[in-house]
Amino acid sequence: MRSLAFALLAFCCAISAQAEEVVLGLSRDQVAITTRFDGSEILIFGAVKREEPIPEGPPLEVVITVAGPSQPVMVRKKDKVLGIWVNTEAVEVDLAPSFYAVASTAPLDTILSDVEDLRHKITVPRAIRSVGAPDTVQDSAAFTEALIRIRTNNALYQSLEDGVALDQQTLFRTAITLPANLTEGEYDTRIFLLRGGQVISTYDTTIDVRKVGMERWLFALSRENPMAYGLLSLAIAIAAGWGASAVFRLIRT
Amino acid sequence: MQIYLPIAEVSVNAFLLLGLGGLVGVLSGMFGVGGGFLMTPLLFFIGIPPAVAVATEANQIVASSFSGVLAHFKRKTVDLRMGFVLLVGGLIGAALGVLVFNFLKSVGQVDLLVRLCYVVFLGIIGALMFVESLNAIRKARKAGGTPPPKRRQRNWVHALPFKMRFRTSGLYISVIPPVLVGVAVGILAAIMGVGGGFIMVPAMIYLLGMPTKVVVGTSLFQIIFVTAFTTMLHATTNFTVDIVLAVLLLIGGVVGAQIGTRIGVKMKAEQLRILLAIMVLAVCGKLALDLLFQPSELYSLGAAGGH
Repeated sequence: MRSLAFALLAFCCAISAQAEEVVLGLSRDQVAITTRFDGSEILIFGAVKREEPIPEGPPLEVVITVAGPSQPVMVRKKDKVLGIWVNTEAVEVDLAPSFYAVASTAPLDTILSDVEDLRHKITVPRAIRSVGAPDTVQDSAAFTEALIRIRTNNALYQSLEDGVALDQQTLFRTAITLPANLTEGEYDTRIFLLRGGQVISTYDTTIDVRKVGMERWLFALSRENPMAYGLLSLAIAIAAGWGASAVFRLIRT
Repeated sequence: MQIYLPIAEVSVNAFLLLGLGGLVGVLSGMFGVGGGFLMTPLLFFIGIPPAVAVATEANQIVASSFSGVLAHFKRKTVDLRMGFVLLVGGLIGAALGVLVFNFLKSVGQVDLLVRLCYVVFLGIIGALMFVESLNAIRKARKAGGTPPPKRRQRNWVHALPFKMRFRTSGLYISVIPPVLVGVAVGILAAIMGVGGGFIMVPAMIYLLGMPTKVVVGTSLFQIIFVTAFTTMLHATTNFTVDIVLAVLLLIGGVVGAQIGTRIGVKMKAEQLRILLAIMVLAVCGKLALDLLFQPSELYSLGAAGGH
């Protein structure tokens, strides 16, 4: 009986590190890209589950990230050569998410320690992996900054500080707006619970972004049977050209 | 109305695409140019990835040219024999052009070279046509409205072997110059993502000495096959032909081409040429300014892995 009590105690201590856990809901876990697709909004909401009263100390903070599939990106810089602007230097960023949104209950630099950011790759610059630029490039950091700047301007990278609403240190919710120019794939969605700059709990799920219907069919055909796809394109083009000619002849006579 | 393009993976306004297609279609019908030299930069401008724009434009040119050439067949202004000779050169040129394009891609300066090609070719041809048409109009005025005596000057073109009679054009010349013109146009078509009409039309007028009325239909005839070939190459190697984008552009384009062909018939050859020259120079100027002025964003993003 006593050993059971000890075991129970030990078990409680073991999970005390995970005393606060996330219970998550998504307004949708699939985004269908149809012909009329014009961006989408996803509501991410959930609750913090705990067996004990709310712990003393620093308040609970919540960070939510949504990341699209990562791809290598070539960043090129123009310089003036012989009077015209020419791409001169190029840096390849090894992996950069095609979409990345990070929403939090407060500005990230106040609630997240650098160490935790490095470990979990939470902020936008950390989410990008750049191993190194060629020696010929002086200022490789500027290339990564340019990548972030261009994608931020296209709403592909979003930093939503104060974007997460948290009630009673328990209920949280945020809305992430997905732009129209999305890349297909699994969108990795992570929720971090933080206290005093430390991550105390994480939760992972994916949002599936897929082309459907005609979009799906055409895309698949273009990859799996490019010859047929090319001929289909030509057939449509010729039919349209002939059709318009015939229609105009009818109109004239 | 926004519409999502499956291959380009962007969402654009469908009416904007229809309008662009229509506008370029009218010009295509009027001048016998495919319109690619205008449409391709316009597509870049509205945010279509360049690779998709170039490949899809080839497909769209097939449609507008087909529509245009039918109208010309009706009026018997297509020199079929000349068309086939040009086509032989064009197919060889397109294949060569793709090789050159892939080489430039591996060097990493394909963007710049495409732009420079545009500026150089559009500038030279636009200026030549402009001056020539102005002179023609001035001469016609001086002669009191009577057209100048039609005398075709004999130059080196007439001294080459393998002569062939082109009845529709009223020519008896060697097949070598037309084949070479076809090859040159094919190369440029593949590199610049255009039909090549804006090169071929002046070449046919000034180099081969073909009558302007026949030039338009014949160049459209050749362009159909060269761009169809290019479309297939892009679709099977780069997977960059966007069928939805092409359909939207060509609906506007084929309608525009029909209207343009009718406008073209009503206008004098000199007026047609001077208008085309002004347009060519305008596009050239815009591209040149882009190269000369400091861009607002010095950095650009591209797909990596091409090395």
